[in-house]
Parts: sequence; structure tokens; C-alpha cells
Amino acid sequence: MTQMTRETLFNLAMMAGLILFPLWAWIADEPFMITLATKAVILALAGVGLNLALGLGGLVSLGHAAFFGLGGYAMGILASHAQSYSPILETPFVIEGTKSMPVIWLTAIISSGLAALAIGALSLRTSGVYFIMITLAFGQMLYFFAISWPAYGGEDGLSIYVRNGFPGLNTLDPIQFYGICFTVLTIVLILCARLAKSPFGLALNAARQTAERVETVGISPYKLRLVAFTLSGMITGLAGALFADLNRFVSPTMFSWQTSGEIMVFIIIGGVARLFGPVVGAVIFIALEHLLGGLSDYWHIYLGILLLLIVLFARGGVIGTLAGKENAHD
Amino acid sequence: MTDVLLETRNVSKSFGALQASKDVSLDLRAGEIHALIGPNGAGKSTLIKQIAGGLKPDAGQVFLQGQDVTALNTPARAKRGLGRTFQISALAMEDTVLQNVVLGALGAGGSPFRFWKPALKNPDLREVAEEALTRVGLQDHATTRTAELSHGQRRQLEVAVALTLKPKAFVMDEPMAGLGTEGSKRLTTFLDGLRSEAPILLVEHDMDAVFALADRISVLVYGAVIATGTVADIRANPDVRAAYLGDEE
Amino acid sequence: MSMILLAEQVLNGLQLGVMLFVMAAGLTLVFGVMGLINLAHGSLFMIGAFAAAAVAGATGSFLLALIAALSAAAAVGALVEVVVIRRLYDRDHLDQVLATFALILIFSEGTRWIFGSFPLFLNIPPYLAGPVTLPGGIEYPLYRLTLITIGLSIAAALFWLINRTRLGIQIRAGENDREMIAALGVDISKLYTIVFALGAALAGLAGALVGAIQSVQVGMGEPVLILAFVVIVIGGIGSIKGALIAAILVGLTDTLGGVLLPALFKQFMEASAATSIGSSLASMAIYILMAVVLIWRPTGLFGARA
Repeated sequence: MTQMTRETLFNLAMMAGLILFPLWAWIADEPFMITLATKAVILALAGVGLNLALGLGGLVSLGHAAFFGLGGYAMGILASHAQSYSPILETPFVIEGTKSMPVIWLTAIISSGLAALAIGALSLRTSGVYFIMITLAFGQMLYFFAISWPAYGGEDGLSIYVRNGFPGLNTLDPIQFYGICFTVLTIVLILCARLAKSPFGLALNAARQTAERVETVGISPYKLRLVAFTLSGMITGLAGALFADLNRFVSPTMFSWQTSGEIMVFIIIGGVARLFGPVVGAVIFIALEHLLGGLSDYWHIYLGILLLLIVLFARGGVIGTLAGKENAHD
Repeated sequence: MTDVLLETRNVSKSFGALQASKDVSLDLRAGEIHALIGPNGAGKSTLIKQIAGGLKPDAGQVFLQGQDVTALNTPARAKRGLGRTFQISALAMEDTVLQNVVLGALGAGGSPFRFWKPALKNPDLREVAEEALTRVGLQDHATTRTAELSHGQRRQLEVAVALTLKPKAFVMDEPMAGLGTEGSKRLTTFLDGLRSEAPILLVEHDMDAVFALADRISVLVYGAVIATGTVADIRANPDVRAAYLGDEE
Repeated sequence: MSMILLAEQVLNGLQLGVMLFVMAAGLTLVFGVMGLINLAHGSLFMIGAFAAAAVAGATGSFLLALIAALSAAAAVGALVEVVVIRRLYDRDHLDQVLATFALILIFSEGTRWIFGSFPLFLNIPPYLAGPVTLPGGIEYPLYRLTLITIGLSIAAALFWLINRTRLGIQIRAGENDREMIAALGVDISKLYTIVFALGAALAGLAGALVGAIQSVQVGMGEPVLILAFVVIVIGGIGSIKGALIAAILVGLTDTLGGVLLPALFKQFMEASAATSIGSSLASMAIYILMAVVLIWRPTGLFGARA
């Protein structure tokens, strides 16, 4: 029980840090630091999405960039039509673009959810290495599609001149945009914490450990995994929309396999199946990128070495090392 | 035929040149324990998989409560009242004992697609789960992690998970495997009482348990049933003696 | 469209296919024998290309460049196997993915550090440059024809190696039963290093050969790696025969899709829209092929296990 408490304490400290650091940066008038924190929070959200499939469901998806990218393009397409005042669709009915974040988020969640449902339905027919390679391949498929589809910038991507709006807030103010992203992350973390303890979470967690048993009590592991994969894709898609809004830019890079790999790296650095694993991992990743990237152009070498050492010698990630290996799935 | 809960009709299965099930016809009637015995490699596990749904027979059918379930997968057969235990415990080792039985309760009563309320605080699920734990004597270990249970306790938990389904028929694959004399005796007593709730198709190597429990015994050799009958019939059957003695030398 | 153009595209597809096979063969062997998924296989492809470009630049000899590519990739492969990979055989796939992803980061940035970010060029040697005229009047680049020949020869050599040699027997035994080959007295860790280095050498050779018709740059390995994964998924993990057939299928689908789909759409829509929709769809053609195979046969065309 003491270890549980330790992890909870750690999580609370993390939350406090995510509130205090941007507040400090705001008071000290360091908008770049706020932007870094925003990036960390959004990438953490993408990782929280993947962690649902990977940590709880045991589904090693190397194609989550697909959903991250779809969320990004949902934002890019809607906002670019709104900024050029041209409807997306005229026949059979008119669909206008929009600059409203809630509408964009909803579109991102629905489109990435549908994509995850389709990709999951196919990929989950297999398991193990096949699943890894197939999710990777589907991610790459969307990457090439984004490159070769000329309507929305092709290889060059799409720029959005002004950040989208949220009712009652000034999203151009870095601290307010950070507040939006942090709130979204907090809500999703609460949902995931509930889900992990819910009947669904219990069954999904069991299916990861012993699919045979889950079948013999009358539950289909395939359906559990498909729902988990879809929810996971939706969360990562939402993160993609926020990420695009942070940069006011979307490009096929969001779909690339490196993006999938990096999202997975957050989880590993932090700790697989830990609620806050991706949050810790994303914060460390951004900090390393900022600190090492300043020292050396080749900071990915250090990231690679760090990652290798974690995989070979510290399998629980940061939280696992600090809070102990037990209770990983409580 | 009214009392037949589980039946295989002319089930056959081959893996390449190896014929693992040859025209197997068995039935399980209300209130009985029907033991399935046979030397190693006789095809018991293959047959169990075809009954439970993990493996499709090449020919023949499987009936559950008179319905042809040959085309159904494992979850669908479980929903229709088939309770199964595994030879090698298939349990969620990282989870607690309670979580394992609640999983069973979830499969039995209601949908796993509920995302908000904690599973362990659901009174209906808990009632079913705790009742099953009490029946096998694990009620004091509810919060123990399954990985920390002794081998014997895991075997008990296997049975408890199957109990939560309130099955119409049990298929148990070597439930006594690895249990000491004491444990086997206790489980024997328990299964003895269980048969009135739902009949048991019992695959078992522990002959003392088989002879103590079985109403009928079927002997499987090289994938085929060479004899079915009461304990006395089987003991007296010359083919069975030949098959067993021949193989054990 | 003329038949000559079509024949050319078929040959291009075949050329892509055999090179994918050379990549995929190493991957599928390593998975079949050691149960390891190796994302860094693309890095070995890149290392081969860079080694070849460097040696060709220094000596001017293409043959020496190929030898350098083979040996550099094999040496790096063997080293990586001994230092990192062998710690991963007993780990789950997630650890394998992450560790080999880490290796990609290290190799890519390391190569960038040594060679810089600008692409290198590896020239086709003069004796292989220029077109040849094939029966039917098809003019086709000699170098690409050479690639097809080399690829098919490697395929033949691999089949011979697997089916006729002592090493092949050990490899096949390793695919079936790891304990058994240890029991037979085979030095299993040596066998693993050899198989890994063999796969690495093939990847490095492919990198050098392909490097002469595209630019040699950091990141060139991963797109090929992912295509090789598609090949393995379609062919079935562990099957060399499946890899060959799937590789050629993928090569042809990719190349012909790029030509035929826009032409097909032009039949019933205006030209510019047809080109953009056609080429977008063509870029997804092999993945659609993969999806279809998956629906039909989840373990691939020649895959035995799930």
C-alpha cells in the first residue's frame, strides 16, 4: 500500500508542477517556456491515448501517428476553409469550415475514432509482431496519402494564420491556451483513471494477461481490444488537433512513423500502464529536447542511448523506478 | 435425450497425418460426472478444445443443451452455459483474486462495456464473485495478488471463476493436476457436491479421484473412444487394460 | 498506353520487388529463428549505402564499394547483435520495438554526425550505365536489369543455403524448436550472430545497390523497412518463399498502380482530377493490398503461425 501512496504522491506532485511551472513562466514573462509546457502537455495527451491501448490492452501499436495526424488535419482542413471563406462541401449540402476549437475537437475525435475503428478491425485480426508491422504500415499509408493529396498542401502542409478560438477565452494568450490544454489533459486523465477500474478496464486488463480466460467467461477479447483501440485513437486524435493549433501548422510529418515511435517513447520513459507514465515521459522528452538540443545538434543520439538503457535496465520507466514495480496495474 | 446437456457427435480432427480425434461421440447427462481418461497423447486436450470452442472439428458436431454450437466461438458457448477450467491455470496473474472472479461475474451477468463505475464496487458483481470465492474456500484471499497464491489455491480459483458463470455444464481439464493428496481429497468432495447443480465432463489423470467420482468413464486412445461405461465396466474391460498397460510400460 | 511503357513498368516493379526481397529476407529470417522484430534493419540498409558511397568516392571502384557495404553492414550487424540484440531475445515485442527504435536514433544521428546532412551520391559504374535493348524493342537501363539479376541470384542462393547446407538445417531447426538445436550441440549464440549478420549484410548490399539509383541520405532506410514489413505481413512471417512472392507482388502493385490508376480514372473524369486522385490512391495501393490479404488470410500467404 505504501507504494501505491508513493505513486499517487508522485502523480500529485506532477500535477502541481504542471500548474506551477507555467504560472512561474507567466509571471516571469517567459512565453517560450509556456509554449514548451503546452507542447509537453499536448504530447502527454497523445501518449495517454496510446497508453490506453498499449499499457492496459497490451496492444503495441506503432501506427498512432495516423490518429495524431488525422486530428491535426481535421483542424487544418476546417480552419483553412474558414480562413479562405470557402465551404468544404457544397453538394449535396453545404459544410463550412470553422475556427471554433470545440467543433474542431469533436471532428478530430470522430474522424480519428472512425479511422481507429477501421484500422483496429483489420489489425486486431492478428497479434504480436504482425500487429506491430500492420499498424506501422497503416500509419505509413496515411502519411503517403497526405503527401500525395494536393488539395491540402501535399508535402508542404497547411498553415493557419490565427489560432482557433474558444468561447470566452483569448487563445492567442499563451497562458490561456496552456490552460485549455491542461484542462483537457486533466479531464482525459480522470476519464482514463475511471476507465482502468471500470468493468471494461478490468476485462481489458485481464485480456492482456490471459485472453483464453476472458473468452471462457463469455467475453470476446477482440471486441474489448477494438473498443480500447478506438478510444485510444480518439484521444491521440484530439491531441493532434491541439498540437496543430499550437503550431498553427499541419504537415504530413504528423503522420510519420517517427511520430508514432516518439509517442511510444514517452510512455516507456515514464512507465508503461502507469496513469501518469506518458505525462512524465513527455515532460522529460521536451526537457531533453530543449536542454540537449541546445547543446548538440545530434541530441537524438543521447535520446537513443537513454531509451536503450531504460529498455535494457530500467523496465518500469521513471515511475516504476521511483514507485516500485508492484501495483503497475492498479 | 432430454437430459443430455453436452454432446459430441462423430467429432473428428486431424493435424496433417496425425488424427487427434476419431469419430468421437460422447454425452454428458444431468447430474453426472463423466470422466474422460486416456494415456498421454490420446487427444484429450484436442477434444476439450473442440468442445469449448477453441478449435473447429473437421467433421461432426457439438451440442450444448440440444443446440448445435459447432459454428460458435468460445465466448458464445460460454454464454450458452459452458463452464470450463484449464489444465494450466489461465488467470490474470497481476490482478487480485477478487478481480479474477469479478471478471467471471462480468461475463455471466451483464456487459463488460461499462466504462465509468468501478467494477469492484458494483454490488451485483461482488455478490456473485464473493459467493464463488466462499464456495471454494478462498474468501480470505480476495485481495491477494493471484501470482502470490499457492499452486493449489490457483486451482481453486480456476474452479471459482467457472462457478461465477453458473454454467449448465462443466468441462474441467485436470483440475487435480499438481494438487497434493489433501487438496485432491477436498476438491473431490467439492466436485461430488457440484454435480447436482451441473454435470461435469472431467478430464483427469488422478485415478483415485476418477474412480471415486465418475458415474461413467470414457476411455480415449489414439483419438478414439474405445469404451464408455461405469467404473466397474471400465475396470473389467480387457481393451482398456491392454491400452493402459501397453502404454505405461 | 503502349505495351513498351507497360513492359518497362513491369520491369521496374520487378526491380523494386527483388530489392524489397533482399531486405525482407533478413528480417523474416531473424524473426523466424530468433523471434525478434528488428526496426533497425533499415539502419543497416543505410549503413551499407553510406559505406559504399564512401569507398566508391575514395577508390572509384563500384565492386569494392559493394564489398565494403556487405562487410560494413555485416560487421555492424554482428556487433549490435552481441552488444544489444541478444539481450532482447527473451523480451516481449514492446521492448524489442523500443530498443531497436533507440538503435535507429543512434545510427541515424551518428551517420549524420559523421557524414553531415547532405546526401551523398553513388554513381553507377560506366560498364553498367546506359540502356540495353531487350527483345521486343524495349530499351531498359542496364543497371536496373543488373539489380533484377542480382536480386534473383540472391534469392536462389538463399534457397540453396536454407535447403541444402548445414547452416540452413540449423536455421530451419531453430525456427521449429530452439531447445532442440541446443540439444543437438549447435552453439546457439554463434548461430544467432551469424543469422543476424547475414540479414544485416543483405540489407547493406541492398542499400548500396539501391543507393546508386537514388540519393544516399540519413533516413533512407525506414521507408524501405516499412515496405519490407508489408512484404512480410503479406508473405507470412518466417517464410522465405512467401517473402519472395510478396515482394514481387508489392513491387508490381506499387509501380503499376502509379501508372495504371491515374490512367484508369482518366476514363471517366477530367485529367487533372484523375491524376491527383489516381496518384493518391496509388500511394496507398500496397497497403490496400495488405489489408485485402489480411482479411483473406490473417497470417499471410505462406504464414504458419499467428
